[in-house]
Amino acid sequence: MSDALISVQDLTLRFRTDEGLVTAVDNVSFDIAPGEVLGLVGESGSGKSVTAKSLMMLNAENSVYDERSRITLRVDGKEIDVLSLQRPRDQIVIRGGAISMIFQEPMASFAPAITIGDQMVEQLLIHSDMSKAEAKKVSIEMLERVGIPEPAQRFNQYAFEFSGGMRQRAMIAMALSTKPRLLIADEPTTALDVTIQAQVIELMKDLVDEFHMSILFITHDLGVIAQTADRVAVMYLGNLVETGTVRQVINSPAHPYTRGLLNALPKLNDLDAPLTPVPGDIPSPLDRPTGCVFHTRCQEYIGDVCKQQVPEYSFDSGNHQVACHLASQEKSA
Amino acid sequence: MSDILISAKELSVHFPLRGFTFGERPVVRACQGINLDIPKGSFVGLVGESGSGKTTLGRAMLKAAPISEGSVTFTDTDVTYDLATLDGQELKDYRKRAQLIFQDPYAALSPRMTVRDIIAEPLEVMKITKTREETDARVREIAAMCRLNLEHLRRFPHAFSGGQRQRISIARALVSDPHFIVADESVAALDVSIQADVLNLLRSIQEQNHITFLFISHDLSVIAHTCDFVAVMYLGNIVEAAPTRKLFSETAHPYTKALLSAIPSLDPDDQHKAEKLEGEIPSPINPPPGCRFHTRCRFAKDRCKTEVPEWREMSEGHSVACHFAEELA
Repeated sequence: MSDALISVQDLTLRFRTDEGLVTAVDNVSFDIAPGEVLGLVGESGSGKSVTAKSLMMLNAENSVYDERSRITLRVDGKEIDVLSLQRPRDQIVIRGGAISMIFQEPMASFAPAITIGDQMVEQLLIHSDMSKAEAKKVSIEMLERVGIPEPAQRFNQYAFEFSGGMRQRAMIAMALSTKPRLLIADEPTTALDVTIQAQVIELMKDLVDEFHMSILFITHDLGVIAQTADRVAVMYLGNLVETGTVRQVINSPAHPYTRGLLNALPKLNDLDAPLTPVPGDIPSPLDRPTGCVFHTRCQEYIGDVCKQQVPEYSFDSGNHQVACHLASQEKSA
Repeated sequence: MSDILISAKELSVHFPLRGFTFGERPVVRACQGINLDIPKGSFVGLVGESGSGKTTLGRAMLKAAPISEGSVTFTDTDVTYDLATLDGQELKDYRKRAQLIFQDPYAALSPRMTVRDIIAEPLEVMKITKTREETDARVREIAAMCRLNLEHLRRFPHAFSGGQRQRISIARALVSDPHFIVADESVAALDVSIQADVLNLLRSIQEQNHITFLFISHDLSVIAHTCDFVAVMYLGNIVEAAPTRKLFSETAHPYTKALLSAIPSLDPDDQHKAEKLEGEIPSPINPPPGCRFHTRCRFAKDRCKTEVPEWREMSEGHSVACHFAEELA
């Protein structure tokens, strides 16, 4: 396992709030190999963004990492213990150095009163020893690479002069200009139209091959996952309920929640299939169910064991993991 | 075909831009020459990218956007309204019959009102009920239809999840007993697991109460599953309209084809390249001449650049605006 680019082990993260400690992420472990695209799926409130932000230590001041949590980043033959980086200058490596992030809403992520070019140059000056002129040249090349027409003129424009799709391209150009090993993409296409989404997904696929980087791709859209990811991790209320290759998870989902998500999705090749919602709502993280966190909404609930015991991960041969009592019973039977 | 409830004929909605003192004021042509008939009791979908004018068309049908040219006619069992000239008491009456469900259930509900007051407000404003008892009875009836219980009615919106809030918005729209509802991106803000629940609720309300829906969405797969009839919009024009199944099996317009192929497939082995649509939707202030889609169309020929394609019926119920639809279908 030590050839993974980044290993997350037993990540447990709580937030201090007025109502007490809120568990946002509970005992989550996963690895991302170099060049791999890991899709992280889940509803809003499932903790997927918080998990991703942990990799860059971007969570708010009131966050408390459990002492057993470990995040290990391996770059240039060195192991970096991410959670031990406390000073901002030590965090440069995880904030734009080896790890970059693109966000859902590109308008909110660019400073409105600074040109796109100046923002791109600024981060290159921090993360490399380029001169200003070199940084400008590299930035314009990156803008051109992501398909922005007339990059030299665009370099001097502000975010509001870009359309939604162009802004997301500029965001990608900016994130990639420091040549990160891992790109965290938090719902990068959710705010875009399907036609533009298709363009951005294609661009990201090309860039993975070209730069040989890994991507942690966060989305709630299983269709986008099916088209981009190599492996998928499904989150529910701060827990990882299922992980496997994209074919394992989408073609033979093992957790009732994954099955529920797939059944709720409108499918174009079968217009007669009824849409089956996952019943109920995601519970408040202040009031996490005991046992299996999904038991309050589970349609394959098998009795008290679900309510009382936290399910262990069970594996099958292909490293397809699932945390469900039903699945482990079937396996032992 | 059954009776037509609402009918748009050559409808255009233009918004003049402010701040231009000299010369001709630029005009945003949000909708241009739209023809759309919505039959009674149907569930019509309107799909298109952002900026295609679908929201404006929905609002024009509610007389919430100005009708610059053409007409919108609303024909109920007892009345006929020409929306372009509707005002006074008749407009008030139309407001009871036609309602809107918004996209964002977090922004659409006042945080200072209880759910009971939110749902009851239209009844009081429109003076539909006379007494408080009558109002309460009506609110409870509608709440039950939208699967909200009595306990919910006493709470404030912040205590609810996205799906529950959307059910409250639906209840508020339903309370005046409308015959026509425009649902503008009503599931776009919801998670897929909840989205299915709201779609099923809208569908069952439509079937039980015979309400006619105009369902606006950017998501073709959602439209495909809920609507009987679909109209596709691009830059202020309807480019193709057909019964849902026909639209998917006999797609004629290149834009509809591009939209369909852009939907990511759920099959990881189906790595088909999307029929890539280059560039982005042009500005509606200065739309391209001829066919408005020609700047992004793979099949565009010289004729498309100059000649506006005619809106014509290809087969029963299936209309399209493309010079070469027959060859491409």
